[in-house]
Parts: sequence; C-alpha cells; structure tokens
Amino acid sequence: MGDVKSIMIVGVGGQGTLLASRVMGNVLMRQGYDVKLSEVHGMAQRGGSVVTYVKYGDHVYSPVIEKGEADLIVSFELCEAARYLPYLKKGGKIVVNDQKIPPMPVITGAAEYPEDIVERIRRLGVEVVCADALSLAEQAGSPKAVNIVLIGVLSQMTDIPLDAWEAALEQSVPPKFLELNRRAFRLGREIAVK
Amino acid sequence: MKKLMLGNEAVARGLYEAGCHIVSSYPGTPSTEITEFAAKYPEIYSEWAPNEKVATEVAVGASIGGARSFCAMKHVGLNVAADPLFTASYTGVGGGLILAVADDQGMHSSQNEQDSRHYAVAAKVPMVEPADSAECKDYVRFAYELSERFDTPVIFRLSTRVSHSQSIVEECGREELPLKDYQKDPKKYVMMPGNAKLRHVVVEERTKALTEFAETCPINRVEWGSREVGVITSGIAYQYAREAFGDRASYLKLGLVNPLPEKLILDFAAQVKTVYVIEELDDVIETHCKKLGVVCSGKEHFSPIGEYFQSAVQQKLLGKVNDFTAFDEPVPVRPPVMCPGCPHRGLFYTLGKLKVMVSGDIGCYTLGATPPLNAMDTTVCMGASISGLHGFNKARHQEGNSVAVIGDSTFMHSGMTGLANITYNQGCSTVIVVDNSITGMTGHQQNPTTGRTLSGAVVPKIEIEAVCRALGVKRVRVEDPNDLKGMEAAIREELAVSEPSVIVSRRPCALLKEVKHEKPFLIDREKCRGCKACLKIGCPAISMSDKKASIDNTLCVGCGLCKELCSFGAILTSEEAGK
Repeated sequence: MGDVKSIMIVGVGGQGTLLASRVMGNVLMRQGYDVKLSEVHGMAQRGGSVVTYVKYGDHVYSPVIEKGEADLIVSFELCEAARYLPYLKKGGKIVVNDQKIPPMPVITGAAEYPEDIVERIRRLGVEVVCADALSLAEQAGSPKAVNIVLIGVLSQMTDIPLDAWEAALEQSVPPKFLELNRRAFRLGREIAVK
Repeated sequence: MKKLMLGNEAVARGLYEAGCHIVSSYPGTPSTEITEFAAKYPEIYSEWAPNEKVATEVAVGASIGGARSFCAMKHVGLNVAADPLFTASYTGVGGGLILAVADDQGMHSSQNEQDSRHYAVAAKVPMVEPADSAECKDYVRFAYELSERFDTPVIFRLSTRVSHSQSIVEECGREELPLKDYQKDPKKYVMMPGNAKLRHVVVEERTKALTEFAETCPINRVEWGSREVGVITSGIAYQYAREAFGDRASYLKLGLVNPLPEKLILDFAAQVKTVYVIEELDDVIETHCKKLGVVCSGKEHFSPIGEYFQSAVQQKLLGKVNDFTAFDEPVPVRPPVMCPGCPHRGLFYTLGKLKVMVSGDIGCYTLGATPPLNAMDTTVCMGASISGLHGFNKARHQEGNSVAVIGDSTFMHSGMTGLANITYNQGCSTVIVVDNSITGMTGHQQNPTTGRTLSGAVVPKIEIEAVCRALGVKRVRVEDPNDLKGMEAAIREELAVSEPSVIVSRRPCALLKEVKHEKPFLIDREKCRGCKACLKIGCPAISMSDKKASIDNTLCVGCGLCKELCSFGAILTSEEAGK
C-alpha cells in the first residue's frame, strides 16, 4: 500500500472542513487517482472536533486514516492540530491555521487551552506550516473563507497543477462567491511553504 | 461518467438507474442523504414520512401496487419498522422492495450500536451489504432483481463508513420499468391466520432456495492471494482486512450476508491454512461458520464494540503497531455543542435553573444533557420522553417537578401516542415540545409541522398546538425560549397545575436560511466584572480572556441570550457599541 497518500483535514464543526475535502477529492479524481474520502455527519458536526480523511493512489481500500498514517494534516484550528498529531506519519507535515476556538471544557473552566502549540509541535521534530488563515480570509472579503485559504496553502504541497485546483474551486462554490473564494485561494497559495 | 459519491448518494443513483418509483423514509444519521439524493431525480416520487414504520408501510404498499419501492432508515429506525418488516416477509412483493438500514458502528450519532443483520435472520429476508460507493449503486439493481425473483423484501445494510465515505462511481442510464399489474390476491396479502400459516411455509421454502442461490450468488466472491490466511468478511470490514493483509491473505467477500452460503464457505476454508472471520459488531458470520464445522476465529481477537479499522486487524492478527508522535500534554476534549444562537440553549438554561427532572428525547436538544447546562435526566429512544415521564410520575408522583422535552419532528414521529396515553390515563405531566421548525440533528429535513415537503412544495402545516388539544390537553401554550423570564414563569405555572399541559417552545433553528442573524455582540471590558454568569449558557462564542468575558465575532450570531444574564450591562449590541 506504499503508493497510497493520506491527507487529514481536521477542525471544528462549522468551519467548512467538508467542503475542503470535497474540493480536494475532485481534484485528485480528475488527476486519475482512485480516491476515497471519509466524512463525519450528524451529532459530531455540532461544534465538535471534526475530521475528514482524503486517501488517493492506484487503489484505496480503507477510507479511514489512523495513527501514524497521514502524510499531511491540515488543521483549521490550533488545538485540533495537537489532538490529531498522533495521526501523522514520521516525516509528515502539518498545516495549521493560527486560530483558537476554545472547546466547551475550556469555556466552563474544566480544562486549560494548551499554550504555544505550534512551537511545541515543532520541538517534537515535526514540520509545521503556520498560516493566519482567518486574517487572509477577512482580507479576501469574508471570515468564512478560511477553508478556501487553507485549500490554497495545501495546493502548494501537491504536484497538482494550479488550473486543476481553480477548476475544482469553480465547481464547488456558488458563482456569486467565486471571486471572493479565488482571492482567498490565491492568498493561501502565496504563503511561503518551505 | 465517473463521479466521486457518498455511499448514500450512490444508493440513490442505484435507485434511479434500477427504475425505482417510490421512496418513503424518515431521516436518521447515517442514512439520511439517500432519500435527499433520491428526491433530486424527478422520475422517483420521494417523501419524508413521520416515522420509519409509516415509511416502510408506504414502501410495502407501493410494492404491492407494482412499483419498485424503497425505504431508508438508521439501525434504530428498523426497530420502529420491524412490525411491517416481519409480515412483509410473508406477503412478499409486487414490485421489488428494498429496505435500507444504516448501522452506526462507533455510535457517531446514535444511542446504541445494534447489528441489523439479526433482523434479516429473524425476519427471514435476504440482506445485501456493499463495501464502497460503487457497490452501493450496483447492489441496488441486484437487490431489486433478487426481491422480484424470490418474492421477498430485501434489506440493504449500510454502515457509517460506507454511507459517509466517498469513492468513485460510474454513472449509467435509467431503466424505465412499467408498474407491474396489480391483482387482488388475499391469500398473499391478507395476513390473517389462515393465510399466514400457508405463507410461512412459502417463507421457509424461499429461505431454502435463497441459501442454494447464495452458493453461486455473483456478489459473493473469492479473491485469491496467499493461502496461508483466509479471511471471511463483508462490508466495510472487508476494506480494513484488505488494507491490513494486502496479498498476504485470500478473501471470501460476502455481498449477500443473509442467508449465508454453506458449500462456498466450506470450499474456501478447505483451501487456506488459517481462517479468520472479520466482521464488526456481532459474530453472525463466525457463528454460521462454526456451525458448519469450519475451524476459524474472530471474536477471540476482535471486540463486539465499535469500529475496527485496519489497525485493529494489523495489531490483533499481524502484531504490527504504527509509530507515531503524540502532543506533550493531554488536549482538552471538544464535544459537540449547541450552535451559537440555538433556540434550545435558553430552554435548557431555564430547566437547569429550575432543577426539574427532565425526561429527554432524540435530537439536537439531547445536547442539553451536556455541561454546563446538565439539564437532562434520561434519553432512551424516539418518543420515550413523554411516555417515560408518565411512567416516572405514576411511580413517583413528581408531576410538580418534572417535564418531558421532545422536538417537533420527534413529536410527530412517536410523541403523539405518549401524549394520548397521559390524557387517557389521567396523568398530569408537563410536556415541552421544542419546535425549531425543522428536523435539526440530521441536517434540516422537513416534517409535517414545517409546512414543506421533501421536494420543497408548500403544504398546510400540522399545528402542534392543535394536535395536543385534539389529544385532550386543555392547557397548551406557546413560549419563546429566548425570553428567559417568560419561559421560566410559564414552566412554573404549568408544573403547579394538576392536569396535563404542553408548552410549545417555539423559535426556529439558527442555521435555517430564513433566520436573520444580528451583528456580533461585544463586551464592554470596563463594565465586565468577570463573574462568568454569561458562561452558564454554554455558548461556544463566549469565553474568558484576561479575566474578562470575550465574544468571538466569527461565531456570535447576536441572539442576545447572554445579554439577559449580565447584571452589569457589559454585553453590548453592535449598535450600542457604536459599530
């Protein structure tokens, strides 16, 4: 199964992780890969921790990604990056949106929100690309475009050509928001990726 | 054309291609999208029924009427639909009849984790189980042919990971089928004892014929790899086994999971060295294999609880554990919460304040049980809030200090009969119907109280107040859950009277398109004393920052509930803040 690549998109219910994985899935299918996506619907979606899996290669069997299997994790929120860190393969990368959304136990005072997450993940020897996707989304015209900014960042990390991404974007968002989303995508893509 | 599809979308595509005419379902995660996608094909009449029993009976009736018919539900929905299922097994079908049931291994969005395969065995009907979206589509056609050839309903078993995973499907055209002729045939369709006795004989003969058919059934297949290990499996467990073992094993993948073949299993087992049965939840296939005398193992390695994934197979059978790096401190959990602006929040805050016993039900409002609201005592199944409260009160006479809480859709599903039981048996419980104008948890489906159908047609609403009055409740009132004082007074009044009462807590779901959101509220940091009163409603948009409250302007929808709780005037509307 060496040829199958695994990408996880994690975040908080309502942040648009589903759309991001679907855009990704369509781009990959058009490149000729076998693709499987796994999503979470229902109760977990209500502001909970959400995760979608994107797997592609010659032939994908299990739609699920497990600990130590992900080549790339895109986290829409800081502490979700820490939560799903164990899923990363040795040598894998994490893209993190530098945004804190306190979970309910933190709000009620039952738990503390971890400090310096990005630095601490780096200290564990993991490569982290940090993006202020919320500011970039606001710059593009709407704080809701965080997911598209992050797709832009992600697009830099694959060898899939730009026009394939743009075509998938055009098909996935309503026409009246297309320009806004294009701006968000480009702002994400411009973030320097080592 | 190739398309990436959810398993559920692929089932709907299968329905379209196989000439299905009638779909009737009740929503339930993870089955809901099948019916929503089916509704997009004008060739298929699709509807939401008030519950799974009604939906199944609609599909049975349509089948008797000669149409290829379909009904989808979640695993617990099949409990509700079990009554028509068991007797439809006797009547058989006119047009092909498929009942899809989606199990929820891992309980992503369910109150239990039952294995629906037992129903196929108990009702003596065939069951098919696809393992990816392409099979979801293809097995629909197969199931209709099976249904019509053997004169039986067919259960189509899905699971969360099949229903909610996307994989590639090749789309084909629709086969237009005319309705089959309807001929009155009471010996087949009127199930009173004299006729049913004869039909039971037919059912037993059918099971024999189906068992014979299972031996050569095209959706049961062997994939040869190494003969050191042979895996007998089906559905999503096949994908996990295949990923873990690759070519280091041979596979008997069963697409027809009831009835199970005998010779096929014996032949396969005889050609491999070690046999493992890999199936999530119960040991249905394993028990069958052992009964045939096959030396095999399954549940001695695997749990009957939850999902397996490839790692369970790797760890238990191959002794392989992936290397990984964990964060250096435990990360706070992030349980699901009521959305910002959710109309249920205000009600559960009030119920918590009143310290009443809350007999709960199934829906978004079940989250009222979670901190910091902690305002629900019980949740069993759809409708049990009302009937359960009646029992609780007959036992403990706690009518002045207990309420039932049930959603609009759940009330239509199975709350009305419980309410009739209260008035009929002279109970005096207080029932709160939380009417958010939609079936929320499953993702916004219409129901008889919303005034729209699945296809979007505008129809007369069934008015909850009128239903309650018709069921004999004289005290019926409507309150706004966001008016905290008004709601509290209303609950106190209804708890004090010695007759049944209903409060309709009415405010639409904050996620509905027609609900206009206000601009985010702000905190006046000068005025905020950091007393945390505003945190008691458990709104994800409010948290503490430097010992003062802080509102996340990307989450706040300006519902104003927090403002009602602040004694210091520190929470401002955007207008008050001059923004």
